[in-house]
Amino acid sequence: MQDEVTQLFLEQALNGLQFGLMLFLLAAGLTLVFGIMDCINLAHGSLYMVGAYLVAAAAQAADSFWSGLGAGVAGAAILGLLLELSLFRQLYKRDHLSQVLATFALILIANEAVRIIWGAQPVMLNPPDALSGPVEIVGFFYPAYRLVIIAFGLAVAGLLYLLVAKSRVGMWVRAGASNREMTEALGINVQGLFTAVFVFGAALCALAGGLLGPLLAVQVGMGESVLILAFVVIIIGGIGSIRGALVGSLIVGSVDTLGRALLPTLLRATLPADAASTLGPALASILIYLLMAGILFFKPQGLFPARA
Amino acid sequence: MSLRLTALATALMFAGAVHAADKIKVGFVSTLSGPGAGLGVDIRDGFNLAMKRLNGKLGDLPAEVLIADDQQSPDIAKQTADKFLKKDKVDFMTGIVFSNIMLAVGPTVFENKTFYISANAGPSQYAGEQCNPYFFNVAWQNDNLHEAVGKIVQDKGFKNVVIVTPNYPGGKDAVSGFKRYYKGVVAEEVYTKLGQLDYAAELAQIRNLKPDALFFFLPGGMGINFVKQFVSAGLSRDTQLFAPGFSADEDVIKAVGAPMMGMFNSSHWAHDMENAENKRFVADFEKEYKRLPSLYASQGYDAALMMDAAVRDVKGNVDDKKALQKALEAKHFKSVRGDFKFNSNHYPVQNYYLRAIGKDAQGRVTNKTMGSIFTNHADAYVAQCKMK
Repeated sequence: MQDEVTQLFLEQALNGLQFGLMLFLLAAGLTLVFGIMDCINLAHGSLYMVGAYLVAAAAQAADSFWSGLGAGVAGAAILGLLLELSLFRQLYKRDHLSQVLATFALILIANEAVRIIWGAQPVMLNPPDALSGPVEIVGFFYPAYRLVIIAFGLAVAGLLYLLVAKSRVGMWVRAGASNREMTEALGINVQGLFTAVFVFGAALCALAGGLLGPLLAVQVGMGESVLILAFVVIIIGGIGSIRGALVGSLIVGSVDTLGRALLPTLLRATLPADAASTLGPALASILIYLLMAGILFFKPQGLFPARA
Repeated sequence: MSLRLTALATALMFAGAVHAADKIKVGFVSTLSGPGAGLGVDIRDGFNLAMKRLNGKLGDLPAEVLIADDQQSPDIAKQTADKFLKKDKVDFMTGIVFSNIMLAVGPTVFENKTFYISANAGPSQYAGEQCNPYFFNVAWQNDNLHEAVGKIVQDKGFKNVVIVTPNYPGGKDAVSGFKRYYKGVVAEEVYTKLGQLDYAAELAQIRNLKPDALFFFLPGGMGINFVKQFVSAGLSRDTQLFAPGFSADEDVIKAVGAPMMGMFNSSHWAHDMENAENKRFVADFEKEYKRLPSLYASQGYDAALMMDAAVRDVKGNVDDKKALQKALEAKHFKSVRGDFKFNSNHYPVQNYYLRAIGKDAQGRVTNKTMGSIFTNHADAYVAQCKMK
């Protein structure tokens, strides 16, 4: 019995980690664009959706998930490049309201474009056969594919750490995030840097969309539901900070997962059954927002503010 | 000034619109964009296919179908319906997918004495106390498919069931429909949040509970997320999946594919039903749209055939509301689901079938009819309906 409880807890901890890392892939790009360029990009979720569709289409054409993933991510990066050159470049200097309006328009355009190209019904994207089942780890079964997501998430986090903390480009990026004018004055090509960061963010989005496609419905509007969570993450973590995005993602992932797993049981032990069954799910679904409010109360700039 | 002008224009418009039954107008409001669009698009395509078969006529009169998107918003649906009723003076309305939107639009339609033929939404309100002479449902009452799942889970001898559904009114209705016929142990009722993406926490809980069957009602993308994650967690080995037909129709199968094989679901219609009407419908639909029709498409198709038969019965005199109501109640059309009749609350009394997902002769993953669950099944609310 004791064993079973430990296993369940371990499994839920892994679930939290996996959900957190998946959020991190999205939040990393969002926080960079928001933090460095001071640009609110609501269409970040649309890049995630378009990425997932591109991966699904490429995977079907190539009959291989991995080549599909590669092609889809490359496609989304190119799309990101075109978007940056044509639209976002005009938006950086505008105020937040214009950015919100323009990127909200992008969401609508992207949703309708996807619907025209791929139809209104969700499309298929399944994991490679070898990863479609569960594997046994220390006494319990865990979906192999979720382990792959964890591996990808950790790899991307590591890569970003090296890039941002150790490389010259990363230094520019951090400099740009904390003081844009000064960085420009030091002779850094901020325009080019912005383009590179935006394209990189788009590629990360597509990677997240493609990797999550086998677990989630690839459908029109899939970006919006995940965008809200990504915003919660970067607000908790501190806008512009990759470290904040990672910590924020892991906190949101674990709190959400453990809340859903444990709250109903806990409530049932303390409250009458009727009240517990109404309160449990409701409380579990607002838990991360309560958490966000709590963190902002003590740390209004988030946990790791980039412009501290 | 401009207000007065508008008022004048409106008055003139009303005065000028003397309705002659030389043409039938249908107002089709449905969810055609956003995450719920798959359902509305199928209803529309089914409806249009029937119109094509009828050469664009309803009851031998030329027909005009006005199509609008409600964007899954009750407000937009209500505004559009108002325009269709007041400005376009439509003779019938149809198309709404979601019950909350239906309940928002219904009062305006009924007040205007226009017949609404629901090709999907079947709220309990309109089946019971708020039943209305101007409301017909050609699909089912919302609880019916869940009741059928409850019955089959009970009949197959499953003893320990977990229920998963979103924490919203439709989810609670599904649970009560299911439990109306399933009398065994419910190990757990899991209520998730609406639009949930990741079900890992719930799946771990389910693994721990070891149920022999699982009933889920998760509309749209939620169901797709759940099934994919359920199968990749390896739970399908020990737990049999059951769902209402909505969560296991061609739209969902197309998105999930092979992992859905072996899943059971309930429906009043299936694309492999052996009747001439259905064979023609499925063949025409595949030819026209290059995909298999879903139950939504079959409902849209039936809605058009139903209007056609009723208009013919009243010889095009659609302004005689009493006669038109009688004609609609008489149901002189051949439905693709086979025979059914309307109950006193204008909801169908019909058979419900068990479908299992597997591979067909051409190797496609799709639904296969396994037998019937209910014959001539009515809804649970009809006794509360005092039809005027």
